Amino acid sequence: MTSFMPPADKHWWKVPVGRQELIWIAIALVWCIIMFLMMPLWHVYGKQNLSTEAYQTTPAKFGAKVEEMVEKYKVGTESGMPIVAPPVGSDVYMLGRLWQWYPILKLKKNQEYRLHLSSMDWQHGWSLQPDNINLQIVPGYDMVLKITPDKSGEYSVICNEYCGIGHHTMVGKIYVED
Amino acid sequence: MAEFRVCPDSGFYFHKSAESLMKVNAVVGIVALLVAGLLALGVVLTRWQEVHWLPADTFYMVLTAHGINALIFWIIFFEMAVLHFASSTLLRCRIATPRWAWTGFFLMLIGAIMNNVAVFSGQSSVMMTSYVPMQAEPHFYLGLILFAVGALIQVFVFFGTLVVAQQEKTYEGSVPLVTFGAITAAIIAVFTIASGAIILIPTFLWSIGYVSHIDAEMYRVIWWGMGHSSQQINVAAHVSIWYLVAGVLFGARPMSEKVSRFAFLLYILFLQLASAHHILVDPGISTEWKIFNTSYAMYLAVLASMIHGLTVPGSMEVAQRRKGFTKGLFEWLRKAPWGNPVFSSVFISIVTFGFIGGITGVVMGTEQINLIIHNTIYVPAHFHATVVTGTTLTFMAVTYLLIPVLFRKQIFLPWIAKIQPYVFGGGMTILILFMLGAGTMGVSRRHWDMDFAGAAMAFEYPAIAYTMMAIGAIGGVLAIVGGGMFLVSSVGSLLFGKKLEPSAGILESFAGKPLADSAYNVDKPEVLAMAPQLEEEPHKGFEAPGTFMLAMLLLVTFVVYYFINWKYLASVWPLG
Repeated sequence: MTSFMPPADKHWWKVPVGRQELIWIAIALVWCIIMFLMMPLWHVYGKQNLSTEAYQTTPAKFGAKVEEMVEKYKVGTESGMPIVAPPVGSDVYMLGRLWQWYPILKLKKNQEYRLHLSSMDWQHGWSLQPDNINLQIVPGYDMVLKITPDKSGEYSVICNEYCGIGHHTMVGKIYVED
Repeated sequence: MAEFRVCPDSGFYFHKSAESLMKVNAVVGIVALLVAGLLALGVVLTRWQEVHWLPADTFYMVLTAHGINALIFWIIFFEMAVLHFASSTLLRCRIATPRWAWTGFFLMLIGAIMNNVAVFSGQSSVMMTSYVPMQAEPHFYLGLILFAVGALIQVFVFFGTLVVAQQEKTYEGSVPLVTFGAITAAIIAVFTIASGAIILIPTFLWSIGYVSHIDAEMYRVIWWGMGHSSQQINVAAHVSIWYLVAGVLFGARPMSEKVSRFAFLLYILFLQLASAHHILVDPGISTEWKIFNTSYAMYLAVLASMIHGLTVPGSMEVAQRRKGFTKGLFEWLRKAPWGNPVFSSVFISIVTFGFIGGITGVVMGTEQINLIIHNTIYVPAHFHATVVTGTTLTFMAVTYLLIPVLFRKQIFLPWIAKIQPYVFGGGMTILILFMLGAGTMGVSRRHWDMDFAGAAMAFEYPAIAYTMMAIGAIGGVLAIVGGGMFLVSSVGSLLFGKKLEPSAGILESFAGKPLADSAYNVDKPEVLAMAPQLEEEPHKGFEAPGTFMLAMLLLVTFVVYYFINWKYLASVWPLG
């Protein structure tokens, strides 16, 4: 009856608030603060934090670096795609383009790598399965993150940012060996 | 000549020009909903892998059109009707410059049609987000720009109407809470449309070759200033309608004007920061920026929603208890009018918006947890809980409320209206829950084929992901049936419903002549008085214990689910 009428009290901001609402607001505020603190805490104690390291680049520059790595460390091919086994701790590259993730990487378990990701054309979504890590890949930006694969096996990288008609065929691979 | 009429059933006053504008905006919105709903069928029947109905190019076109028609055209047209109602009708005043409002409306209409033409020509299947450098046809962007300009004009007419009401002293004291909420929505709308203009105008110029390059990351950051904020207009608008419905159906009064208005103020100050939710796994964005923005400074807008979550049902409970439904914790709720679609829609909306939409939104908007959710089908699951079972269901509720009041028609086939909220809300909840599950298994959004047919390298999702997508799709079909029932009910009432007052004719009723002249017999509405003082002493203890229990249940669910997701995050590859 009164939510669509002017407040009964002309000085409604002076009307004291009921106990029930005050208690709920206090509980909710405490929960909000806990959730807020969880993020910085995870930066200190958690192991999954996205780096903020990134560089402006161009498809040509980034593509050249990828090729350089492929030539140096190629160990085979699969479905026409080079498999690359770069040294532990080195800079490794993967590019997204219509419609593939290039090249296939072979990494060692529990070792850290500096992974560079970028796109040659449109935006792509780097989605590591079945682990389910998802990153936005934006053309013009070289995104660098330190990764430590902690389980061995075969991983797929699918694209989960819509990139045109062949989007669903964009599947890449990462092998993690003991 | 008298310009006003008073609705004998509800006591609401309608200004003739404002009434026409409410009607056209609401009806065009509902047409957009019809389009979006039909397209939804194509989306769910394709993503249901065993059916896999549409070919890839059609699927992406349909998905683009579904998103834009549902998230932008349906909701914003309807919101314009809500704004005119919350200003002219609730404040009992004439609408400011109806001519400008009509200009705004026609710009929106032209823009919406132009954009749809671009999408259905098949050359602009760029999704609602139209991320550069993927390019749509120029009239795709131009349509959106015209639509936004039109919306901005109508929003300013709303502000003008508030000024008229104040100058002509059509109400006593402060504006009603519902109008206050509508003002919140309108302020957020101005911010939203400004962000849209800043990014869409250069993008349009780029599409016709006048600008050579648009930075893809800059586009994302600014576009989401529109894309996310536009959904925050919805939150403010549908929460306002919750308060309206509580008042109309239960005679409820806000538990505390101060608390509810303070919560709306928090929306104005902090809600738009959530645009950062979309940028959490992008390259080169600083950690501090992400934490501050993604948490709405310190979850202050979440705090606001949690406050409304208590005070809206709480006010209903208090009103019900005054009527004598005082047994136990929940007699007030059991004895609520569950057969009235206005109530059932709003209640389902409150529960699904809070328990599913709110909680999943906060979880996936957490800086690090976004790593395991970004761009999976979890994301559309979340926003279907906020925008469909939240906003759309609430807008359906207010439509049921307004068909007799605004259109002066009886509801056509009332039994359909009675069960419609359950079919729509229930189907949609199934869709949402199973899509959340599939998203947790890594199933991608905006993806034509979860079998990856034609890919050089194979990847297979676990069988359970397929099952979840299938059950979700069945829920989706059910929801589409529920949407169809809404259209039968609402459009059917306009066409075939029994007239409660002589009409000026079906066509005239949308263009400046809502009802026959005889209906307009009020020269100047009575001044809107302040709500009557409460007769009894205010309650000192817990006046709504049942609602408090429900709120605590929400909190426990929230806490448990939040930490489960941190645990899941801890199991993936360490990265930094």
